[in-house]
Amino acid sequence: MRSGWKTMIKAAAVLAMTTSLAKAADVEVLHWWTSGGEAAALNVLKDNLATGGTGWVDMPVAGGGGEAAMTALRARVTAGDPPTAVQMLGFDIQDWAEQGALADLTATAQAEGWDKVVPAALQKFSTYDGKWVAAPVNVHSTNWVWINKAALDATGLAAPTTWDELVAVLDKMKENGITPLAHGGQPWQEATVFDGIVLSMGGDFYQKAFIDLDPAALGGEQMATAFDHLIKLRSYVDDNFSGRDWNLASAMVINGEAGMQMMGDWAKGEFLKAGKKPGTDFVCIRFPGTQGSVTFNSDQFAMFNQTDAAKQEAQVNMAKAIMDPAFQSAFNVVKGSVPARTDVPNDAFDDCGKKGMADLAEANTNSTLYGSMAHGHAAPAAVKNATYDVITAAFNGEYADGAAAAKALAEAVAAAQ
Amino acid sequence: MAAVTQDTAVSMGRIARVFIYLLLLLFALFYLLPLYVMGINSVKPLAEITGGNMMALPQVWTLDPWRSAWSTAQIGVEPTGLKPYFLNSILMVVPAVAISTIVGALNGYVLTKWRFRGDTWVFGLMLFSCFIPFQIVLIPMAMVLGKLGLAGTVPGLVLVHVVYGIGFTTLYFRNYYAAFPTELVRAAQIDGAGFFQIFWRILLPVSGPIAVVSVIWQFTNIWNDFLFGASFGGTSQPMTVALNNLVQSSTGVKEYNVHFAGAILAALPTLFVYFVAGRYFVRGLMAGSVKG
Amino acid sequence: MSTAPDFRTRLQDWLPKLVLAPSFAVTLLFVYGFIAFTVLLSFTGSKMLPSYNFVGWLNYQKLWALPAWNTAIVNIAIFASLYIIICTAVGLALAIFLDQKIRGEGVLRPIYLYPMALSFIVTGTAWKWFLDPGIGLEKVMHLWGWESFSFTWIKDGDMAIYTIVIAAVWQTSGFVMAMFLAGLRGIDNEILKAAQIDGASNWQLYRRIVIPLLRPAFLSAFVILSHLAIKSYDLVVALTGGGPGRATEMPATFMYSYTFTRNQMGIGASSAVIMLMTIAAIMVPYLYAELKEKK
Repeated sequence: MRSGWKTMIKAAAVLAMTTSLAKAADVEVLHWWTSGGEAAALNVLKDNLATGGTGWVDMPVAGGGGEAAMTALRARVTAGDPPTAVQMLGFDIQDWAEQGALADLTATAQAEGWDKVVPAALQKFSTYDGKWVAAPVNVHSTNWVWINKAALDATGLAAPTTWDELVAVLDKMKENGITPLAHGGQPWQEATVFDGIVLSMGGDFYQKAFIDLDPAALGGEQMATAFDHLIKLRSYVDDNFSGRDWNLASAMVINGEAGMQMMGDWAKGEFLKAGKKPGTDFVCIRFPGTQGSVTFNSDQFAMFNQTDAAKQEAQVNMAKAIMDPAFQSAFNVVKGSVPARTDVPNDAFDDCGKKGMADLAEANTNSTLYGSMAHGHAAPAAVKNATYDVITAAFNGEYADGAAAAKALAEAVAAAQ
Repeated sequence: MAAVTQDTAVSMGRIARVFIYLLLLLFALFYLLPLYVMGINSVKPLAEITGGNMMALPQVWTLDPWRSAWSTAQIGVEPTGLKPYFLNSILMVVPAVAISTIVGALNGYVLTKWRFRGDTWVFGLMLFSCFIPFQIVLIPMAMVLGKLGLAGTVPGLVLVHVVYGIGFTTLYFRNYYAAFPTELVRAAQIDGAGFFQIFWRILLPVSGPIAVVSVIWQFTNIWNDFLFGASFGGTSQPMTVALNNLVQSSTGVKEYNVHFAGAILAALPTLFVYFVAGRYFVRGLMAGSVKG
Repeated sequence: MSTAPDFRTRLQDWLPKLVLAPSFAVTLLFVYGFIAFTVLLSFTGSKMLPSYNFVGWLNYQKLWALPAWNTAIVNIAIFASLYIIICTAVGLALAIFLDQKIRGEGVLRPIYLYPMALSFIVTGTAWKWFLDPGIGLEKVMHLWGWESFSFTWIKDGDMAIYTIVIAAVWQTSGFVMAMFLAGLRGIDNEILKAAQIDGASNWQLYRRIVIPLLRPAFLSAFVILSHLAIKSYDLVVALTGGGPGRATEMPATFMYSYTFTRNQMGIGASSAVIMLMTIAAIMVPYLYAELKEKK
């Protein structure tokens, strides 16, 4: 009898503890992973947190690759009511940290040893002034080319590794009567292609032009060549490209209407969803001339300052849950990206995913991991958008030649700084 | 009402009439086209859409997209579909429409029947609220809502929509009441009726047509708002935000058929209001608002 | 007691103003207060959040030096004038035709009206597809055997702005039709009968009598259409996203992108001030004329 009482009291105590925990420690999460697989993958994180007693209040706002969410965030912060955790990209994290709005996660990061497993180029965004302010979920790399295997075989050529080989393959595909390059005419898509071109001019040049924003590099001869390449690529795109969603461009490659698409690793999801197999139905290669280097963007969760101790604890719990290797693996398998820590086993990933992880690790060791300009990880928003303006105009044939475009680029970047 | 049965203003010959019917039908097609595209693609499997003709009838008919959009599609981390957000929208729209219409009616009543020095100025100033682009007010509005402690709450959203709606509702009711004989109001006043009594007994009973216009206008505007809902909705986001979350996948697979089904679902209440109350709408407009 | 009735009459005197006061106060704060705040911001170097370091006219100088802003100004001029003219013409024509004792008016009228009920979050994709040469109208025409049919406006930087006009006309012309229809139904038929007896043709009737009588409807339509034109944002984002390139940038999209996505709130605020001044320049004379008349 007595032991019975004891267990009951124990059970009641445990129950009281868990309920009080669940009540006190909710995280309100603002994010834009609102539909399909990525939202389902995020649900894994929610469930993981729930087992630890941390509740999840969802605040999804999609649109414009996070633009709508950032607008909502600004309204929330201005109203003095910021969410506890917010999905964020690159320089946004730095900008908010500069405003003093972000919570300090350094203690957790040190206890968990984040700085040993997170690539240095990522840490640049996750930390501000030596303090950890965000937990990275994934690394997307943007310098990929997705090729329809049958269309490639029909050219009789190997997967291209240089610009000249790429042009040869594209020409052959044109001869074979398909659209060589599937492309959607939206500024960010053109900028994604251009990331690859600039990176193929050499990692040092990419660093100088897009990260250091050196006017000489931006307006120089190499940049002029890069623009010439971009203008050349335009000639392999069908007339109907403008405004097309990237996944409709992927669909063109999937059903053989087009030969290849230059797009970040999220495109893989479209191929897999259509029942295609990497290696047999489609080929994933790095943008010709960029093997060994990676341009990336990384989704992170930044924590906003909270005065309530229970909420601070919930933030720590969430940050830990995000950095959990099992979650990183589970999430990124679905998302198409690779884990933000380099010590996650690659068993669950397909061939392209494994290649992505190996490339990331290699680029990290060789310091050839660069933030993507197209995806806001090379320069702040104002500069990024200024480059969009010029790149899109160049792709749409508004400059006489690459040199004119390079000159315009240098001017636009200078004006935006 | 006389309007429905009255002779047309000017009548025309037989050939002209055939021509008119043709033209009217042509325009009807033009207006229906996007709805057709959405409807037809919402009952197709996804493969037929990405691989085929957007205008063609489905080879395989399916209602799965509709089920998915309503109850199982991923909206944020939960696969809830649009269903729960429907209620959020209702909870916001009904009070906002009711309050802005009542306030507009009272304002219109004061501005026409209890005129005072400078009343046209007051009205003119209030009218400008109709023309202010919402993007401009977002940040200052966030500040004010934060100070009031209403940020991220339904009452906050209701307040926002009422504030930017009363310009329109006041305009509608003012123009409508302007045509109402002021002598009746004065007579009631002499009989000892008070301010609210006169409004309640004399003006309100005849306000039906213009109230319909005001309700339709406000209902559509508030139901379709996205910017305020996303910024100030907090955890009770309205349906437009949910719809946007459904259709704006950033890097995921786009299920166009589900998107279209969701789009039609989200639009059903406004469509319902227009198709049911449409006839009263023209009548209400006729009854005053266009007379300036 | 003489104060009680005194108080009651005084209350009755004040009551109308008391009823109006909250609305007026709210308008002063939420409209004019916010406008003042925006004007203030436009003179600051605000970036991501409002800050109060004043920079004088710098934002305005930067604004007018930006090619995209000039594109936006040209676009809004093209868009607004075409949109207002076409909407008014289509709305008037439909109203006149519908007023000819048309069978099925009850069906046609809601069909014309319903686009106003939908937001562009809903219809944007459908329109985009319909206008897209690869999947929409052009492809269908080709499938139906009209091989030479070409309609590529949405892909063409010089023509894309006109596709926005088409979609915008689709959305609001039915509403304008309703306003004109209401106006037509309000016209006293005796005047028209008298003119008809005098031997006036249909054309003359409309030109000389009906259209002048619709003046209030024209004015209402103009106000509603011009403010929708200046506010137009969803439409552009849904249809072209400002593209091809930045060919369809409009003041509203420009203001939003500089304020919220480019972290240049100061420049965004200065473009907002220009927009507000434009709206005021259109509305103030209209309101003045309208309100003075009824005094």
